[in-house]
Amino acid sequence: MTPFELIVREHGPTVLRVCRAVLTAHDAKDAWSETFLSALQAYPRLGADANIEAWLVTIAKRKAIDVIRTRARTPVPVGDVPDGASELGIPDDERGEVWALIGALPDKQRKCVAYHYLVGLPHSEVAAIVGGTTDAARRAAADGVAALRRAYATIPGGTA
Amino acid sequence: MTNIEAPNTADLDRLHDRLVHAADEAGLLDLAYRTVDTPIGRLLLAATDRGVVRVAFETEGHDRVLGDLAARVSPRILNTPKRLDTLARELDEYFAGQRLGFDVPIDFALSRGFRRDVLGHLAVIPYGTTESYAQVAVATGNPRAVRAVGTACATNPLPIVIPCHRVVRTDGSLGGYLGGLHVKRTLLDLEAAA
Repeated sequence: MTPFELIVREHGPTVLRVCRAVLTAHDAKDAWSETFLSALQAYPRLGADANIEAWLVTIAKRKAIDVIRTRARTPVPVGDVPDGASELGIPDDERGEVWALIGALPDKQRKCVAYHYLVGLPHSEVAAIVGGTTDAARRAAADGVAALRRAYATIPGGTA
Repeated sequence: MTNIEAPNTADLDRLHDRLVHAADEAGLLDLAYRTVDTPIGRLLLAATDRGVVRVAFETEGHDRVLGDLAARVSPRILNTPKRLDTLARELDEYFAGQRLGFDVPIDFALSRGFRRDVLGHLAVIPYGTTESYAQVAVATGNPRAVRAVGTACATNPLPIVIPCHRVVRTDGSLGGYLGGLHVKRTLLDLEAAA
């Protein structure tokens, strides 16, 4: 088996992107840690032919849902982000506004965009994770990206 | 939608540290490793919770060594410098000629049977001295197993810490060394000079 260190190095950024696409920056870090700790525990029993990235994304999604449930009264960051104290993205992230836009997408679109465009999973696998048909996942991802293009074009300095 | 930045390295490093800490707390860190730069090149050091289990030369290919450890010990491996700080410091002192032996717990999990017995004897060959392969064979109660002693030295998973470099041929020539003969020469010269 591949040493777990290499799994963390290779897939850590992707898992963080997925977590950040569906959670606040702070919660995303908690979910990332929970995801890899849980994965580390199960890793020796993972099948040799397993798709590691899909496996990690599935765990990350479950951890994200746990976090969202514990934050039930403020489920997901959307809408206006206060100046200077953004929880979306990190302070030195030049594209923080993109994360804000992703955070403002409807739930299913946001996940389909994150899993397909950020993670690179095929629509069929995205559908298996978020539920519904492959066509529905494809449509939600496409609608999400179209909405992001429109929204991004309206912010200063943004070009679609 | 192609402009989304990769999460930055400092963030990921902090998350990695946090994971290592949590894994250790949860008893899930089966193997810790780090590398250390020495006069004979970069060494990989690996430890279980019982002790140091592997020291590897750069020429062995550190990725390959980690893969082998994943197969033979556990794939729950994380880069964890802290667990190996003591050995790293003792190696510094050794290469500075200021340390005659290593004072860290050892895990012999990678060695069995006769090879394990040979390593046990190598550990007591004093700093600055050498023994022949034949002498080691006698000392481990198997005087005819000279070649097997050679194999045990060549497959020593803990070079330097378990000083297989102190075993030479009866005629005084160096014999073999996994890290290369020039490394064996360097170590023996270092110990002779100190």
